Amino acid sequence: MKSIKFIIAGILFGIVMSKSEAISWYRIQEMFRFQDFHMYGIIGTAVVLGTIATFVIKKFKLRDIQGNPIVFTPKEKSVSRYLIGGTIFGLGWALTGACPGPMFVNVGFSYWAIFIAIAGALSGTYVYGAIKDRLPH
Amino acid sequence: MLEFISQPWPWYTSGIVIAFIMVLLLFFGKSFGFSSNLRVICSACGAGKKLKFFDYDWRAQTWNLLFLVGAIIGGFIAAEFLSSGEPVQISQATIQDLQQLGISAPDGMQPSEIFSLSAAFTLKGFLILLLGGFAIGFGARYAGGCTSGHAISGISNLQLPSLIAVIGFFIGGLITTFVLLPLIL
Repeated sequence: MKSIKFIIAGILFGIVMSKSEAISWYRIQEMFRFQDFHMYGIIGTAVVLGTIATFVIKKFKLRDIQGNPIVFTPKEKSVSRYLIGGTIFGLGWALTGACPGPMFVNVGFSYWAIFIAIAGALSGTYVYGAIKDRLPH
Repeated sequence: MLEFISQPWPWYTSGIVIAFIMVLLLFFGKSFGFSSNLRVICSACGAGKKLKFFDYDWRAQTWNLLFLVGAIIGGFIAAEFLSSGEPVQISQATIQDLQQLGISAPDGMQPSEIFSLSAAFTLKGFLILLLGGFAIGFGARYAGGCTSGHAISGISNLQLPSLIAVIGFFIGGLITTFVLLPLIL
């Protein structure tokens, strides 16, 4: 039963992404056209609160529920992998209107066509794994 | 109460809850990053037999798969029990821009020109979703994370790489929006 908390966290995520319309192709288009504050408000609020929370956790060396210190692994230094990988991700994000989380929330919404995008995302992940050593990182 | 919940929620509720979920996962001893699930699913399907990248202890990530299952259930609950059925309330400017591309004004969550099954199984519709998904999966692993891992968790931890990745997300998104979509749609 230790695992049920992750399902509940996921349910909360699915509900809030739906109710704030962040899973909508329309909202992503609106964001990339800079025509409304909505998506920036969502991400901005999450980042501001997340930054404060991260700072507090580090400052007071808080521990998780099992008593282990909460550690933040720094991302490895590079520019090319983040810029190129990020750009490829963005191309797909604006096409399907769904990043990986919302893709699966859309399944719950019975938009079955999203399975095509999920199949694409799994094959993209697989191909990255196959050719990663030949890419600049 | 249910009527109140059934309205679309303002952006700050979503921002607050997403930050809460990020913190919750930290206190569970995990870190918020959804696209890792794609790698986990590949590994669970046996991709590790062929490729080293997928040959790792994916079972340690089972919690993230449970989070994914929860996300699907959450979408179902929102659609079935918490929805007023109102169309997405995007700005008039976006509606007009999209109409010029042949996408009709919202009458639900998603445009039928892309998400209806009849549209998704035309060659064009199929390729939009398949190639869009491919770029998301490939790009997320190349960049080492997606919106949750970089834009939320990474930037909250003041990681420069995450900021670079998010700049990339926008470069790609703007190219699709202003160059590719007018060509494709």
